[in-house]
Amino acid sequence: MSESIIEESILSRPTYGTLKIVPGLAHYFLADASGAECVIRVVQELPRDMMDKVHILYVPTPGEAALITSLYALGANRFEHFPTIEEAVGKLGEWLSDAKMGTQLYLAGTEGLVGQGVAKGEECGLDHTAVQCEHRGSLARRVQCVHCKTMIEDVTTQPVKCPSCELLLFVRDHYSRRLAAFQGVCINAEDPTEEIEIKEVFK
Amino acid sequence: MTIQFKDESFRGDFSYANSPSNIPRFPFPFPEDEYMYSTNIEPHHAARAGSPFENAFDVDEHYVAEMKDRALVLAEDPGRCQALPHMETAGWDFVELVMVSKARDYPDLFKLTMDGDRWHWINKPLQIDDTFTFGDSSTLPCHPMEYIGRQVQGDHAILDQRDGNLWLDAGIITAQADWSLDFDVGMNFFEWHAPVPLAHELGVFQRALKFLLTLPQGQPSRRLNWTLTVNPRLDTSPENYPKWGPDRMTVTPENIGEKVHLRVELQTFWRLPRSNAILFPIRTYLMAMNEVVTQPKWARRIHRVMRDLRPELVEYKGLSRYHPILVEWLSQFDDGAPTSPGIFPD
Ligand code: HEM
Repeated sequence: MSESIIEESILSRPTYGTLKIVPGLAHYFLADASGAECVIRVVQELPRDMMDKVHILYVPTPGEAALITSLYALGANRFEHFPTIEEAVGKLGEWLSDAKMGTQLYLAGTEGLVGQGVAKGEECGLDHTAVQCEHRGSLARRVQCVHCKTMIEDVTTQPVKCPSCELLLFVRDHYSRRLAAFQGVCINAEDPTEEIEIKEVFK
Repeated sequence: MTIQFKDESFRGDFSYANSPSNIPRFPFPFPEDEYMYSTNIEPHHAARAGSPFENAFDVDEHYVAEMKDRALVLAEDPGRCQALPHMETAGWDFVELVMVSKARDYPDLFKLTMDGDRWHWINKPLQIDDTFTFGDSSTLPCHPMEYIGRQVQGDHAILDQRDGNLWLDAGIITAQADWSLDFDVGMNFFEWHAPVPLAHELGVFQRALKFLLTLPQGQPSRRLNWTLTVNPRLDTSPENYPKWGPDRMTVTPENIGEKVHLRVELQTFWRLPRSNAILFPIRTYLMAMNEVVTQPKWARRIHRVMRDLRPELVEYKGLSRYHPILVEWLSQFDDGAPTSPGIFPD
C-alpha cells in the first residue's frame, strides 16, 4: 500500500510521520490492515532480545488472515487482534494503564485508528512526544455531528448524511484530537431546500 | 447609579433592545475606517466612567435576562459547560476574581463577606444568598466555574498553561459566535484558532500567544472582536445552527436596520493566582443597526468598514447572504465626512 499524501490544511488537522523505534522500556503498537506493514517494517529490525518489550494490537479487515500470521510471527511479548477499532483501543487502554515511564506508543493505519489511539494515549497520561503515528490507507474520516454528537465512522463523501439526526453535514478540516474526529456541520441549515450533490472525496 | 434590569428575550419574540442611554456606552469595535485582524491587545485598566471598560466585569441592563438565557441553554445542552479534571483550582480562582471585583465595583448589587475560608456571597439582582467554604467544591451546588459562570455576563473559557502553549481545558460557553466548546475542549491556542482565515499567515496568533504566556497577575488585558448576527440571539452555537441559520434568509432592505445586529465581544485576559491559568471572559454586546446609526460617527465608519471588508472575512463571519444589501443600506448614513480617531462617539 502506498504512503498517503495529505494536502496542506489548517492547524488543527494532524500531520503524520514515519514510525521509527526510539529507546524505551516498552513499545506498544496499534495498527489496522493498512498500517500492518509499518509495524512489520520496524519490528523486524529489532534485535530478538528486545521482543519482550513489544506489545501489538491489530484490527484486521474482515476475512483477512495473512497479515495476522505475519504479525504473529514477529514474536512479540503480546499480540492480540480485535474485529473493531473500538475494542482494540479499549484493550490498549488496559495495557497502558499499567504502563510505566519510558513507554512508547506507535500507531499506524487509517486516520480513524490513529486518531483514536492518540486520544487513548493522551487519556492514559502518555506525553505526546512518546507517541508516533504513520498514516496509511484510505483518507476516510471519522466525523462528529456537531448537532446530535453522533460519531460517524469511515466517511468518504462530502457532504455526509448524519445517520442519527439525518442532517446533511459538511465535513470540515477542523479536527479534535480528544474526540479523534473531524467536525460535521449542517451544510444547508440556512436554506434547507437547497439541493446538494454528494461526492466521494475522502479516498 | 442603580441599573434597571430589563425583562427581555434573546430568542422567540426577541424582545431584546438597548435603552437610549445604553447606546453611547456600546463598545464600538472600529477605531479606524477600515478593519483587518491584528494583535489588538491593550491593558484592561479603567477607562471612561460609564463605558464598558470602567469596571473589571461590566454589569449592564441586560444582566438578569442574559443569565436566564444561559440557564435555558445549559438545561438543554449540559455540554456547554465542561471542565477537564485538573481545572477545579482554576474554577475557584474564577470565583474569587468575580466575587471580589463585583463586590468592589457594584457594592449596591453584590456583597462578599469572608471569614477565613467561610465566604458569604449575596447577589441581589439574581436573588442569591449563599455561604460556602472557599476551595471545597462540595459546599457549592455545582463546579465552581459553573456556579460563578451562571452569575456573570459573557462566556468564559479557562486556559491551562503548559508546554509553552495555552490549552482550552474548561469553559462555560452559551453565547458563542459559532464555535463549539464540546469540540474544542483540550485544544491548544493554534488548534482552536485553526479555522480563522488570514490571521495565522499575518503572525497575529504567534504574537498573541507570546504575549499571553507572560501575562502577569494583576495586569489584565483586553481586546475587541466583532461579527454580525441576525436577530439579537445570544446562542449562535454550531450545535443550534439549524435553528438560527435560516434567520440569515430573512434579511431584506426594509427590515435590515432592526434585524442585523453588530455583535461585539469584549475579551479580557486574567492571570489566575493559584492555578496559573488564564481566565478569558468573552462578553458579548448586541446592538441593532438602527441603534448603531444613531451615532453619526459610528454610522459613517461602519459603512466604510463593511464596504471594504476583505472577502475572506465576509465569508468566515457568515455575512455573505446579506452583505451587499447591508452596505447599500448603510451608505445612506455616510456623507463622506472625516471621522475622529478612536471608538467613542463624538
Ligand atoms: C486565550 C484565549 C482565547 C480563546 C479561548 C480564543 C478562542 C477563539 C475561538 C474559539 C475562535 C473561533 C474559531 C473558530 O472559527 O472556530 C476565535 C476566533 C478568533 N480569535 Fe481568539 N481566542 C483567544 C484569544 C485570542 C487572542 C489573544 C487573539 C488576538 C489577536 C485572538 C484572535 C482571534 C481572531 C482574530 C478570531 C477570528 C474572529 C472573527 O473573525 O470573528 N484570539 N478565538
